[in-house]
Amino acid sequence: MAERQAERPKQARGIKQGIASRDLLRQAVVASFRKLDPRELVGNPVIFVVEVGAVVSTFYFIGSFFNPAVGSFVFLGGIWSFLWFTVLFSNFAEAMAEGRGKAQADTLRKTKTETVANLVVNDQTKQVPAAQLRKGDIVKVTAGEIIPGDGEVIEGIASVDESAITGESAPVIRESGGDRSAVTGGTRVLSDEIIVRVTSDPGQTFLDRMIALVEGASRQKTPNEIALTILLAGLTIIFLLVTVTLQAFAIYSGTAVSVPVLIALLVCLIPTTIGGLLSSIGIAGMDRLVRHNVLAMSGRAVEAAGDVNTLLLDKTGTITLGNRQASAFLPVAGVTETDLADAAQLASLSDETPEGRSIVILAKNFGFRDRHISHPEAAFVPFSANTRMSGIDWNGSCIRKGAGDAVIKWVTSQGGEVPPDLDSVVTSVSTTGGTPLVVARDKDVLGVIQLKDVVKGGIKERFDHLRAMGIRTVMITGDNPLTASAIAKEAGVDDFLAEATPENKMELIKREQGAGKLVAMTGDGTNDAPALAQADVGVAMNTGTMAAKEAGNMVDLDSNPTKLIEIVEIGKQLLMTRGALTTFSISNDVAKYFAIIPAIFAATYPELGQLNVMRLHSPESAILSAIVFNALIIVALIPLALRGVKYRPVGAAALLRRNLLVYGLGGVIAPFVGLKLIDVALVLVHVVK
Amino acid sequence: MPVPSLIQAAVLVVLLAAVAPLLGGYMARVFSGERTFLDPVAKPVETFVYGLCRVDARREMRWATYLLTVLLFNAVGFVILFLILVLQGFLPLNPQHAPGMRWDLAFNTAASFVTNTNLQNYAGERGVSYLTQMLGLTWQNFVSAATGAAVAVALVRGLTRHESKEIGNFWVDLTRSLLYVLLPISIVLALVLLAQGVIQSLSPNLVATTLEGARQAIPMGPVASQEAIKMLGVNGGGFFNANSAHPFENPTPLTNLIEMLAVLSIPASFTYLFGKYAKNQRQGWVLFTAMLLLLLAGFGVMFASERAGNPILTRAGADQVASATSPGGNMEGKEARFGVGGSTLFGEMTTAASCGAVNSTFDSYTPLGGLIAMLNIQLGEIIFGGVGAGLIGMLIFALLAVFIAGLMVGRTPEYLGKKIEGNEMKMAMVAVLVLASSILAFSAIASVTSWGLAGRLNLGPHGLSEILYYYSSASGNNGSAFAGYNADSPLPNLTGGIAMLLGRFLYLVPVMAIAGSMAAKKVTPPSAGTFPTTGALFVGLLIGVILIVGALTFFPVYALGPIVEQLLMQAGRLF
Repeated sequence: MAERQAERPKQARGIKQGIASRDLLRQAVVASFRKLDPRELVGNPVIFVVEVGAVVSTFYFIGSFFNPAVGSFVFLGGIWSFLWFTVLFSNFAEAMAEGRGKAQADTLRKTKTETVANLVVNDQTKQVPAAQLRKGDIVKVTAGEIIPGDGEVIEGIASVDESAITGESAPVIRESGGDRSAVTGGTRVLSDEIIVRVTSDPGQTFLDRMIALVEGASRQKTPNEIALTILLAGLTIIFLLVTVTLQAFAIYSGTAVSVPVLIALLVCLIPTTIGGLLSSIGIAGMDRLVRHNVLAMSGRAVEAAGDVNTLLLDKTGTITLGNRQASAFLPVAGVTETDLADAAQLASLSDETPEGRSIVILAKNFGFRDRHISHPEAAFVPFSANTRMSGIDWNGSCIRKGAGDAVIKWVTSQGGEVPPDLDSVVTSVSTTGGTPLVVARDKDVLGVIQLKDVVKGGIKERFDHLRAMGIRTVMITGDNPLTASAIAKEAGVDDFLAEATPENKMELIKREQGAGKLVAMTGDGTNDAPALAQADVGVAMNTGTMAAKEAGNMVDLDSNPTKLIEIVEIGKQLLMTRGALTTFSISNDVAKYFAIIPAIFAATYPELGQLNVMRLHSPESAILSAIVFNALIIVALIPLALRGVKYRPVGAAALLRRNLLVYGLGGVIAPFVGLKLIDVALVLVHVVK
Repeated sequence: MPVPSLIQAAVLVVLLAAVAPLLGGYMARVFSGERTFLDPVAKPVETFVYGLCRVDARREMRWATYLLTVLLFNAVGFVILFLILVLQGFLPLNPQHAPGMRWDLAFNTAASFVTNTNLQNYAGERGVSYLTQMLGLTWQNFVSAATGAAVAVALVRGLTRHESKEIGNFWVDLTRSLLYVLLPISIVLALVLLAQGVIQSLSPNLVATTLEGARQAIPMGPVASQEAIKMLGVNGGGFFNANSAHPFENPTPLTNLIEMLAVLSIPASFTYLFGKYAKNQRQGWVLFTAMLLLLLAGFGVMFASERAGNPILTRAGADQVASATSPGGNMEGKEARFGVGGSTLFGEMTTAASCGAVNSTFDSYTPLGGLIAMLNIQLGEIIFGGVGAGLIGMLIFALLAVFIAGLMVGRTPEYLGKKIEGNEMKMAMVAVLVLASSILAFSAIASVTSWGLAGRLNLGPHGLSEILYYYSSASGNNGSAFAGYNADSPLPNLTGGIAMLLGRFLYLVPVMAIAGSMAAKKVTPPSAGTFPTTGALFVGLLIGVILIVGALTFFPVYALGPIVEQLLMQAGRLF
């Protein structure tokens, strides 16, 4: 657990600047009254029914002022107030969840200042407000200016400060062509000048959508939320039926039940706990993602994340550290290790890539320290895609390092011989998951540098956790199958796709989906876009192209591919929280029956008092206790709804056993205790006689 | 000592567990259209029937077509039966000259037999002719059971198929369940019952002179043939009013056991058939276990309550202790031949299994015993339940259980690898609502109207139980009577008939819709993250959901009926 915490991105940056929680509370209280508007509540059938009941009880409460025959003033007042509290508490939970998003949206909005754009028309620039830009317009942005809208760099290169969106203060490079051409409106150009083609109309920019998302303005019920709402509505109708018909049976038995008591019974039986907290759970789930710097384009995507069966993870950066490191010098017969290390270091001194630097460092173990190539005769040979080698010409000899076939070709072209044991050395490096770099000096092949992928610490355990949850991990890599299988084995992934291309990646996704599985993946390039769109959960890196961001259903602002694992966990946590509170809510009914039924018919059939197993003080206190418990439990569970049920990476069977025990059995037992305590308290403060 | 009763219950359980895989496996072959050992005899008949009715046996139906066909077929059956009942006075095979039925009673009776309820607001020996018994009622006993079987198989197909639009052909399912399952077993069963002394005769009533010299008419009839399908088809409509308490219907302890086994065997086998279709026998055994546990729990409470007897009688000096000469316990309304054990086991079984055949009078049970009978029905006849209908009800609860708790494993709820979404939830809730509202609404109306109150035999909470039981039995398609409520007057007949039709056919609409939508879904292969629906944990969860969602709906009215009556009885008051 501690390990995962450490891996998580630092909190509280950029858009996550929270506001004082007292402000949040105050706003939430105000909002919970505003949300009493029945037009807003009607989407939540359970709470809507409570509100209708509360309105009706208000008339009875007022009636008791004038006519004591209506009922006891204190008793009706108690029912009246706690019915309204039930509605308010539910609204409050939703407002709290929304409030956190609103705070983030406000921060975002600040970046959306009135920007002036330099619109390019017929090679002339003219200044227009950013809000007037349309898709396809061309604008010029120079250092110090704010990019007026989402777009694609079509000319130039610039460093851009994207901290407004990502919270990351280090500037990023944006240039025309390739996978780093997308720019986001609201970010600032720090140096140089770029020409940008605008790709979105006003109101639909990335920033606009982000604000709408975190605010919950565009929030729609997800499929699972809809299904759950139907279940809750169905239960509400059943209990409505139970309550209405009970009046008939009560009349049969000799005494009609008073309407406020019937309403109290109804409200206690319908699943108000989950009904009141359902939307906050969903909003809080989205919010948790935002805290991880991930923006989900819809709640549907978050749910799908919980259902994912297969994770496609890019090897580099996710499973292994970004760079390969030199781990051994393997000379061919007749060459010493020191000789090979010497040549390898010389060939790498000018190589500024991480691999090259790691070779220099490894060679230091052989005593080659503090070498500087300031010699005027030294000629660096940089890596080129054509030769696929790099090296140095120095002291009359040429040293090259590079891919096996390229170096062999170079040596043989000079009339050199390939040592017979080279092939076996190269193969042995490949099979152990390494990448072989062959080193040659003039006509002689000296040996092989073993470059190894370094698997991230703790990643194997995380894959074990994922496996326990029934999620298969597939490593995607451009390596050859031999290397890939060795790394896959070391990292503990279930499968791998070697020599991956966008096409066979797509094929893999379709094959998995054809077998009924849900697939999640990350991607950043334009060529990833089709696969991102095809995947059930496609997380685009924020550094990626606009095409990739449009195709995916989530964007990771940190551009950290490992985030996919957290996204899945958040999705699962969201669903678990819903399930736990539903089970808890329904289990609660058992105790409430035992409180209310004997109380209602205490006058008709005193014998039913034997069902009063909690020995509640009086019929009035029993009914009040039930309705008070019903309202307070919503408040008590707000933190759980917002925080989410604790997630454990164990199998479904173990998870179910534990959660059923806590929320199912606990849900049956808790109200027995709670009702009794409230009853004792009511008696102590003399609310009931 | 209750040992003999417990042995009888144990024997029943063992036999049931043995029959379910045998018959269930056979039925799975029948409904998959595979070869069976009966093919030489049944296949030609089957082919002939299809040819006659122009049925293309290979063409399957979508859910809506399947549903529509079921409804039409049963509507025609309803009209024909209604006409036979009204016109039986003019029809042959009527040696006792039973007159045509009044329209409201005919409506109630036709609804009753078409819906596999077999609630009888008439007395069999006086109210209907032999022709009606054989052609009208026995025919419906067969086809109503076959309809239930067909619909259940269609639902099972829907749940276990994937990316499919069709869920089977109703005509084929109907024909095959009749020819390969119900008819052959009925014939064997009828012969066994005959051998045990059940009568099969077309002679009019025999007239005998009793020891006191009085003249007594002894009703006769073709009993064995109807008795077999009455039990096997979970119909329950007795040839005689006394039903299985009548020695001509249930002459020996062995027939008592055989009849119980006959009732439970097809519903139990359906759980095995389900496992077979799901390609995971544990899926079926889980449902079987949940049903069995609920059955045994119900029997336990019922038996204990009846054995304890009535404390008021004990106080009055009556001996209710079992001895060599007395079966002990509350024997009011029970056959001395069966005693408390044989009566309550049969009573539990018949109410649980939607049969409605009885060998004792529930009206005379202790309130708690009567409550169990009522609860069995109100849960929706899912404890083995009717032919097919029991499995359907249990599967609906399984869907609910999976949906309520399934989220707790962090995935969208799945059953058999298929996601349960809004549409399925809507339909499952409609199904639950149909049953609950039919029972509660009709009972509530009857309990505050003069026509509803008129039929009561008793006042107070017991009278309420009688009303509640009538509409529960009708809506749940059980058909047993509390025997205290006389519902043979126009409005109770009508409302009861409507309750039966709603409980059967309106219930089928959401069920078939679920079959259709589940059939079209993709299947996700199971993994360690899949919600487990095969273990003991799921049995517990399923029972929990059944009791909380199903039973708590009726807790308030129980409080005013059987519960308060039991408490009052303990305090010395009777109604």
